[in-house]
Amino acid sequence: MMIDLKNLTIEKAHKSLTNKEYSCRELAQAYLDIIKEKNTELNAYLEIFDDVLAQADEAQEMFDRGEAVLLTGIPFSVKDNILFEGHIASAGSNILKNYTASYDSTVIKDLKKAGAVFLGRTNMDEFAMGSSTETSAYGITRNPIDLTRVPGGSSGGAAASLAGDMTLVSLGTETCGSVREPAAFCGLVGLKPTYGAISRYGIIAMGNSLDQVSQFGKTVRDAEIVFESLSRYDKYDSTSIKDELRKEMKNKSMGSAGKKIGIPWHLFEDGVEDVIMENFKASVEKFKNAGYEIVEIDLPYSKYSLAAYYIIMPAEVSTNLSRFDGVRYGTRVEGDNIWEMFKKTRLAGFGEEARRRIILGTYVLSHGYYDAYYNKAWKVRHALEREIENAFTKVDFILTPTVPVLPFKIGEKMSDPVSMYLCDIFSAPANLTGIPAIALPSGYTETGLPMSIQFMAPHFREDMLFDIGKKFESLR
Amino acid sequence: MNIKDVQDLAELAKLELKEGEAEQLIKDMEGILAYVKQIEEVDVPNIDIEYPQRNIWREDEIIPADFSRDLIVEQFPDAKDGFVKVKKIL
Repeated sequence: MMIDLKNLTIEKAHKSLTNKEYSCRELAQAYLDIIKEKNTELNAYLEIFDDVLAQADEAQEMFDRGEAVLLTGIPFSVKDNILFEGHIASAGSNILKNYTASYDSTVIKDLKKAGAVFLGRTNMDEFAMGSSTETSAYGITRNPIDLTRVPGGSSGGAAASLAGDMTLVSLGTETCGSVREPAAFCGLVGLKPTYGAISRYGIIAMGNSLDQVSQFGKTVRDAEIVFESLSRYDKYDSTSIKDELRKEMKNKSMGSAGKKIGIPWHLFEDGVEDVIMENFKASVEKFKNAGYEIVEIDLPYSKYSLAAYYIIMPAEVSTNLSRFDGVRYGTRVEGDNIWEMFKKTRLAGFGEEARRRIILGTYVLSHGYYDAYYNKAWKVRHALEREIENAFTKVDFILTPTVPVLPFKIGEKMSDPVSMYLCDIFSAPANLTGIPAIALPSGYTETGLPMSIQFMAPHFREDMLFDIGKKFESLR
Repeated sequence: MNIKDVQDLAELAKLELKEGEAEQLIKDMEGILAYVKQIEEVDVPNIDIEYPQRNIWREDEIIPADFSRDLIVEQFPDAKDGFVKVKKIL
């Protein structure tokens, strides 16, 4: 039987599986067929798991026993930095080429319990460092909408797997825009949840104070379903937020009517492509016509958020990547002594961008520069936190374009790191302050390239983002 | 940043530089540092850097894990008798 994968959503699939219109195995097989057809060209997946149909059969048994939940039998793709026991997790890097996960990350464990079916692991920028999936050690991923363009990154394989109908839902991670930017480039919904909402246990870290498991969906409702099934306190993640604190944080904004949208127009003066600005203004108009109040807000510190991010993140990267030394996991290249072994292993194992950020991080943390860079960046981060908190006493949402540029051509930005970094300029405030943000498809250019707008909401108010996201879907 | 600086940083970070990489890194760092330097101009209120983040400790007690020691050891690039094996350190 033919399943309409293009228009399939989690709830539609669940209904069909419940009504026995098709089985979990047939659904998984339909995706495997598309993967077989498209993946050679797109390189969205680095590996298709060999037990997909067995997983689907187990999910089917849950249906047959009457134990199925909404995610039972739902096909997922998993980013290559999320640990899935017995499977390789290489974080797009040569240094972890042969690393097999010894345990399940909490997100995988929770999804297994729900009976989700994992199709394979998706390509990504090496250690999630990049905005185009071009820094992966395993080749580039192409954008399914236009094969000459990048899918965004770092979760580019994840985005391409979903946009190419090679999965129904896709799990990625964010440090600064790594789900929202590829969502924008591939015409998808991308949610970056509140920092500490979803467990980071079993996720290969990049910047611990910023990282968050994030999800793609074709619809807001799909992203919502996945978020709700994964958001919980986890004792194995010391940055996971406990229930009482979640409630307390959420209560701060409970007076919100969800009708007032703040726009920091001053942030868009430079660097936003005209076509994106026009599309953004048209989207704002739609909200205005739908009865939302639009106000201009001033966020002076937000202008510096990406600069602060590019100090704090590399500092955390240089620390995190020090554990990849050929001793406990991954590749080892022998040398005459242990120091030589470290250096040769890290020479063979790390790509250009990883090495660049290690050097940058080591520099900003070094004696003599620490105050000027790292400490100053932290002060800016504090000021930014207060600024955003203060903004949410005046407005319910902050609205920006998701990315200032359209999906660019493969290779276009690889020789200019700063121009690549600027893709995430509107992503940085949410990651630095821990607030949730959602990227919503906002239409296409005349040449068929997708555009996107981004809403930010107060801590633990993903519910508000889903509400306004669904509203926007109905306005399109 | 000059060649010597990059070489020192690489030594600290245990990176062996490829031919020509130091020069390329200097060029990249110039661009990136020029961008991040804009935070110098930010006038932030004199905040005490009291980091709100703090370590969360757990008791040092043995708890059962859902993975075995063997699985971890299997991932070591080189092992002997269940221990990591490396060349002589001292």
